[in-house]
Amino acid sequence: MEPISGIPAVIAMVAKNLGIFGLVMVSVAYATYAERRVSAFIQDRRGPNRVGPFGLLQPIADGIKNIIKEETLPATASRFFFVLAPILVLVPSLVTFAVIPIAAPLPTPWGVVDMIIADVPIGILYVLAFSSLAVYGVVLGGWASNNKYAFLGGLRASAQMVSYEVALGLSLIAVLMLAGNVTLTEIVWQQQQIGMWYAFPLSLAFILFVISAFAETNRLPFDMPEAESELVTGYHTEYSAMKFSAFMISEFGHMVTASALMATLFLGGWDLPGSWDNAFWYNGQLISGFAANGAPIAAQPAVWKTLLTFGGFAAKTGFFLLLYIWIRWTLPRFRYDQVMALGWKVMLPTSLAYVMLIAMTILVLDELGMQYGFFYGLVLTAVSGAATLTFMFFLDRGRTIAGAAAQKAQKIEIKTIPTALTSSEAEPAPAGD
Amino acid sequence: MAISVKVMHRPEPETTSYLRAALSGMALTFKHMVNPTKVTQQYPEEMTDLSPRWRGTHVMEQHADGRPKCVACGLCPTVCPANCIRLVGGEDDQGNRYPIVYEIDEFRCIFCGMCQEVCPVEAIHVGRHFENAEYTRDRFVYDLDRLMEQDHPSTLLWDPSDPASE
Repeated sequence: MEPISGIPAVIAMVAKNLGIFGLVMVSVAYATYAERRVSAFIQDRRGPNRVGPFGLLQPIADGIKNIIKEETLPATASRFFFVLAPILVLVPSLVTFAVIPIAAPLPTPWGVVDMIIADVPIGILYVLAFSSLAVYGVVLGGWASNNKYAFLGGLRASAQMVSYEVALGLSLIAVLMLAGNVTLTEIVWQQQQIGMWYAFPLSLAFILFVISAFAETNRLPFDMPEAESELVTGYHTEYSAMKFSAFMISEFGHMVTASALMATLFLGGWDLPGSWDNAFWYNGQLISGFAANGAPIAAQPAVWKTLLTFGGFAAKTGFFLLLYIWIRWTLPRFRYDQVMALGWKVMLPTSLAYVMLIAMTILVLDELGMQYGFFYGLVLTAVSGAATLTFMFFLDRGRTIAGAAAQKAQKIEIKTIPTALTSSEAEPAPAGD
Repeated sequence: MAISVKVMHRPEPETTSYLRAALSGMALTFKHMVNPTKVTQQYPEEMTDLSPRWRGTHVMEQHADGRPKCVACGLCPTVCPANCIRLVGGEDDQGNRYPIVYEIDEFRCIFCGMCQEVCPVEAIHVGRHFENAEYTRDRFVYDLDRLMEQDHPSTLLWDPSDPASE
């Protein structure tokens, strides 16, 4: 099968752009709906259920409301930057999706279409570069509002994002070392080749990445920039109507992108178990793997494969979105110094040590001449599993195992206390009472 | 009298596991997420079962020919503690007394039900009904026709020999 070229390629590119952009926007809209609905269920409420069946049209009603609401501009705000900030926040959260492959290549009469907007060679670096740009919008929004709470929120956002970007990037290095490339298509391909998703051979990197991604997207338990009990709503305190909505869309856009990224890096992206869906461009040929003698085997792309793998990708992304919401409504917010301490004193050294560990393991395995494959992955899984357990043990001050005993020690006792009231109650009540 | 105190021996903070606590919290919220306890009443679709003794919007009983049962005796405006009933009585050719004006201000009414209690001909009742929202304040003064139009059941509060107030 040949890759698509010429005018059909241009049309396919436009269609993919519109399709994936629409998909992200719809996911964002329904992530807000899911957030409200799931939080309601967790708290034994009903959630929005008035607009449309099960309240499914609620995001549309919210959008209309936000568009027709009055835009306020604080009198002392810096007008130019105040308007610029929502744009600066919104754009990076949406463009990062461009390098994430969403399904197996789709065969068409004019050639095979990759289900990715731009398979740029810098891949994950593009994601990192753009996702860190969003903090400028947040800081700018906080500063331009000329409001102390907004400003504090912006400051916190910058400190937090800078801190956790380090751990995020370092936990990624393990993935890049194992995959040998930064493009997300190749990372998916390498996960298909090793026969397991990177969540297993790189379990500690997975955990560190998930925690850092939570901090990067300013979600609870790390939502310092908009801690409403301390900072009203943080950096978007002064924003209203569509500008506020832009901040919300960007927050959920970051969530969707981060979920898709976690699914791609650690849960195999669009890969489903089995080798039937493997596909990768190798020297201009779409291959599904290598024969024993090293000859490439041509892949058989099919529409049903594309649809099925897209379903898999959506399910994985949806799982992480649900995890975001689920954790938000379970765990309380960290204190600000705890967030910083976790970032610099725990995440950074752990990820550094883990990079060293994985690098050494890979070096040893390569020196032993072991082929990149399932057994290779099993060794890494064992090493990472041990590292993860050690990390958990120390993070939990050695109580991970002792916890059960401590839990059993909890008992309830009914005490009967004789009180001073006993004597006074025996006396008759004063007359006229 | 002694006091019973429930003493809960919680594990000391130094001996508890963060991860275990976080995960058990996640398990609890997950349980509620998949199987929420339904405590919210979906009001317009699901109506509350009002108590049979509920005292709400008034009802004026009427004869089969559509005349109000009220004989304009004047007991209800007299007994009304909130002074919300305005009654102007009249008399027809046969000497039957009837209300020319009978108005109840539902805003002033405290729904004590004493008008129903005092009525000698079982004409005025407080009803098992509470949805009387209006767009203007003056719509809350119910005149005779509106009181007779009310078709909700009246309260079963007094007269044990006739609990349905029929």
